[in-house]
Amino acid sequence: MSYNLKENLQKEERFAGGHRMCAGCGSPIAIRTVLRQLDEGDRAIVTGATSCMEVSTFMYPYTSWKDSFIHNAFENAAATCSGVETAYRSLKKQGKIDESCKFIAFGGDGGTYDIGFQSLSGAMERGHDMVYVCYDNEAYMNTGIQRSSSTPRFADTTTSPVGKVVPGKSQQKKNLTKIMVAHGIPYAAQTTFIGNFKDISEKAHKAIYTPGAAFLNIMAPCPRGWRYPSGDLMEITKLAVETCVWPLYEVIEGKYVLNYRPKNKLPVTEYLKRQGRFSHMFKAGNEWMLEAAQKEVDRNWEDLQNLCEQR
Amino acid sequence: MSIRERLSGNEAIAYAMKQINPDVMGAYPITPSTEIPQYFSTYVDNGEVDTEFIAVESEHSAMSTCIGAQAAGARAISATSSCGLIYMAEMLYVAASNRLPITLAVCCRALTGPINIHNDHSDAMSVGDAGWVMLFAENNQEAYDNYLQAMRIGEAVSLPVMICQDGFITSHAIENIELVETEKVKEFVGTYKPEHYLLKKGEPMAVGAFGMPAYSMESKRQQAQAMIDAKDVIRKVSDEFARMTGRQYGLIEKYRMDDAEEAIVIIGSSAGTARECIDALRAQGKKVGMVKVRSFRPFPAEDLVDALKNVKVFAAMDKDDSCNAHCGPLYAELCAAMYAAGVNGPKGINYIYGLGGRDVTVDSIGRVFAGLEEIAATGEVGETYRFLDVRE
Repeated sequence: MSYNLKENLQKEERFAGGHRMCAGCGSPIAIRTVLRQLDEGDRAIVTGATSCMEVSTFMYPYTSWKDSFIHNAFENAAATCSGVETAYRSLKKQGKIDESCKFIAFGGDGGTYDIGFQSLSGAMERGHDMVYVCYDNEAYMNTGIQRSSSTPRFADTTTSPVGKVVPGKSQQKKNLTKIMVAHGIPYAAQTTFIGNFKDISEKAHKAIYTPGAAFLNIMAPCPRGWRYPSGDLMEITKLAVETCVWPLYEVIEGKYVLNYRPKNKLPVTEYLKRQGRFSHMFKAGNEWMLEAAQKEVDRNWEDLQNLCEQR
Repeated sequence: MSIRERLSGNEAIAYAMKQINPDVMGAYPITPSTEIPQYFSTYVDNGEVDTEFIAVESEHSAMSTCIGAQAAGARAISATSSCGLIYMAEMLYVAASNRLPITLAVCCRALTGPINIHNDHSDAMSVGDAGWVMLFAENNQEAYDNYLQAMRIGEAVSLPVMICQDGFITSHAIENIELVETEKVKEFVGTYKPEHYLLKKGEPMAVGAFGMPAYSMESKRQQAQAMIDAKDVIRKVSDEFARMTGRQYGLIEKYRMDDAEEAIVIIGSSAGTARECIDALRAQGKKVGMVKVRSFRPFPAEDLVDALKNVKVFAAMDKDDSCNAHCGPLYAELCAAMYAAGVNGPKGINYIYGLGGRDVTVDSIGRVFAGLEEIAATGEVGETYRFLDVRE
């Protein structure tokens, strides 16, 4: 069945508005889009890691979550979700419940790449029938823009500030999607908000309906941390894809598939210059940073293309 | 007819788990509780239980899976010790505040520094404020009996329950034990019927809200009330258990306390050693006795005051040190209970004992009573913060 944006948007909204997330934030868009890919009538039990998303959508006595939702702590959304999923299997096996349920966990990059990494790795290795969705905004935004292992090199954050000696974050971004692939899970994908949302919607549907553990990494920019005007969100994600900073790909049963190849791969500066967190890179004398950033993108893009071409 | 067996404390706990047949177990190995998930996963893999076993990658995830499973509507269990218990400490608070009656078997072991696998109560005491009901066992029989009562207590007040026994001393020592027939266990424990749960049909539920100052304190007050209510629940469940087995438990147990003038207050396996010592001293005509604390949470303040109000002197025995230059946790709470009740006749001292598996013998307890006798005779309390059987 071919993708149709209009039909997709007419599906039941499972994530209510009125929450407290910032305008121009990618996280609620990621959540709404993923939940919309549940087939009509299917139940989902959602787990959320402590994050902007959690404190903004489930402040007692209100909740934005129309499906059952559990927040446990920062570092254990994957383990918590695996507990819920296991309870489901146990109760179903014993005939104590009869419904069919899907299990989805959401966490930011802090709760996924860093503090929740062990919990995530454990759940993926055990192969629970669940999807872990990382909404990756490349820093600890909830606590005020501290660097994470997902923060790209040179980014200005409050714990990797651009100082007189050290120009922002010194290390490159961790490639979590590849690490998840190394777990041998049946489905892993990287996506973001592009055009008519075909890429993210189809991947979310596959992730939810692939039996076993699945991982979805969604670039979800943060206007406060990345310092872009909130209306520019979709342009930022488009540039991330067109520069190959954030390529769209999926790995099905270990096979890499490139979902989009830019016709004209744009220079990384097109992406960097739109964001305040990289503004120091454009100052005179800092050309080497731009060169280094381009080199890193080129190397990663080359690696990915090789993986996708392998038979 | 009950079943006579010879089991270690860990075997007894695993057997109780098997008889109860819970829905989910999430557990991670750590000495000396490792055997519990080992035995239990054998039951799982042989199809002797319906339980789904989650072999997690850490204790933190063990408790996280239990929280997810219990919130989803399942009975969830785990087992741990020492560093494992405090690694899951963050989750222990979440389990209690989410009012999830998870059952955790704890084989008490010293916390690291220096690393030591032997028994003391530093692990359990360090999570004494997490909001869990905490029952301690003197021997294998009590560990088993407490475990059979845990879910009845926890589910009645919507609080998680820790069933503590002493690492190696009871977890690995094989003793004669009387087991309850499985049908009777199932009938006694009953089925888990939560009012609200994540998987409930037609009723989505949200668990683990962000609580702002306008609501947080009310939720903590309700949690406090549940722990207050747990005192009566423990008594009632104990009475019902006694009708089934003939074995009666309360919040505390008094041993030769009727006319006692000198008493020790103690938790766990060393109570058995103390009995021997007390019997010997009684044979010499000395008026000595013991109060054993079975329930540390809820803290049996009224029962303890009532048991100790007429003694001349008592020693609170702490297998843990609070490192506060003052006293251990049992002494602190016991003295607060006495003071709050206006009971200031008895003099009280504190012994820190048995740390890191330091042997506690009949003679060790004899030295405590000798100290109490001196205080009773002279009226001089001297140092209240004492360490038993240590080279200084």
